[in-house]
Parts: sequence; structure tokens; C-alpha cells
Amino acid sequence: MSATFETVAGIISETCDIPRDKITPQSHAIDDLGIDSLAFLDIAFAIDKAFGIKLPLEQWTQEVNEGKAPAEQYFVLENLCKRIDELVAAKKA
Amino acid sequence: MRLEYFDMIDTVVTFDPSQKRIVTRSTVPAASPVFEGHFPGHPLVPGVLLTETMAQASGYLLLGLNGLSQMPFLMTVDKARFRTFVEPGTVLDAEAELVIEGSGYAATKAKLSSAGKPICDAQLRFRLMPFPADMRTLMQGRIEAIGLEPEPAP
Repeated sequence: MSATFETVAGIISETCDIPRDKITPQSHAIDDLGIDSLAFLDIAFAIDKAFGIKLPLEQWTQEVNEGKAPAEQYFVLENLCKRIDELVAAKKA
Repeated sequence: MRLEYFDMIDTVVTFDPSQKRIVTRSTVPAASPVFEGHFPGHPLVPGVLLTETMAQASGYLLLGLNGLSQMPFLMTVDKARFRTFVEPGTVLDAEAELVIEGSGYAATKAKLSSAGKPICDAQLRFRLMPFPADMRTLMQGRIEAIGLEPEPAP
């Protein structure tokens, strides 16, 4: 598993008090792990700090609410980690 | 400062958008129903109201920076430390600075002091949301009352 996933899983485990072994790349943050929107802001804060990026959570939420993107695109952890890697790469470019 | 109305900030001393920092001042009232219970014969400002004072200073900082485009709601208090008691009549200086502004949230560091003596400090996080109903008008009035001149809305 990627270093990004390991970091994100650690953040989720610590922030939401979820056992680390229950968090997999296929976990859906909301449906499988039960993370609510307020807790996800705490996770976004920790991710932003850890990776030096700004997760566009408001944009993602709007896209999902308007049916322009499936929630899985952003909230399944392996997909979330891909988005994080893209944001990190964009920042370095 | 009116403790029972959660009206914690009297005036803005400095608001520096370039440094993303605010300093406010408040005077703890000589009498308040709060002191009748906390504690009878030994009035002290409750820690929860000191936290609220730090949160309101931070909130006004965020409103000043975002030009009242979103309302900050307190969501997390980390590493709160209360170092000394606060009695009626104390003049409180609240200082808050922006640490991170993310998507839908912002984090600040805030502290209270009196005559340069540290009272308490904490790391706070706020959820940034659209203003509910007529709350923007209410906050506009409060901002004018304490002398805060916000940045233009983005």
C-alpha cells in the first residue's frame, strides 16, 4: 500500500478513534467507516497539514450533491489518496 | 463584556489582515449572574467563557479576513491551558492569529492575557458555512459595535 494511504489511514484512525486494521484502501469514509462531515473536516485539517495541500472539500461536496461526481470518487480511500497525490504533484510542478 | 449574553468582546485594538491577526480588549463586569454560582462568595470567570472569548476573537478575525462571506462556527478546541484565575474587573486582551484556512474550515491560535500576564491559550478550529437566515445582519451589527473594519468580500 502507498505511503499516502498509510498516512491517511493513520490520520483517520487517530482522529476518529477507528481501529487501524478496519481501514483499507477500499473503505468508504462515510458508508463503511461512519465518518460524518464534521469529523471529515478534522481529517482534512490533518491531511492539509501533513501533505502541505488544501483539499478542495467544498468543491467535492458540491459536485457530489449536484450529481456531477459519485461520492466514491472522493471518499473511497484509495481514490482520496489518488486525489491527494495529484494535489501534491500539482503543488510541486 | 456581558457574560450571560455571551457578549465577550468589547473592542478591537488591532486588526492586521496582512499578518492575519487580531487583538481585542474586554473588561470583565463587576457583577453578573454567572458569579452567583461560579462560585458563591468567590467569583471567577468560568474556563468555558474564557474559551468562548478566545473563540469570539478568532471568529471576528475570520469574519474580518473573509469580509463576512462565511460564518465561522467553533468545532474543535485543542490544547487548552488555563494558567490563572480571572476575577471581576479584570481587563482581558485576546489575541488570535490564523494558522490554516482550508476548504470549509479554518484553524487559529488564540490566547488571553491581562496586563501582559498570560491567562490561557488554545488551538481552535472553525467550520466555515453560509450565514444562516439573518445572522449576517446580526454579525454586521456586532462588528460595527466593536470597531472591526473587515476586508472586502472575495
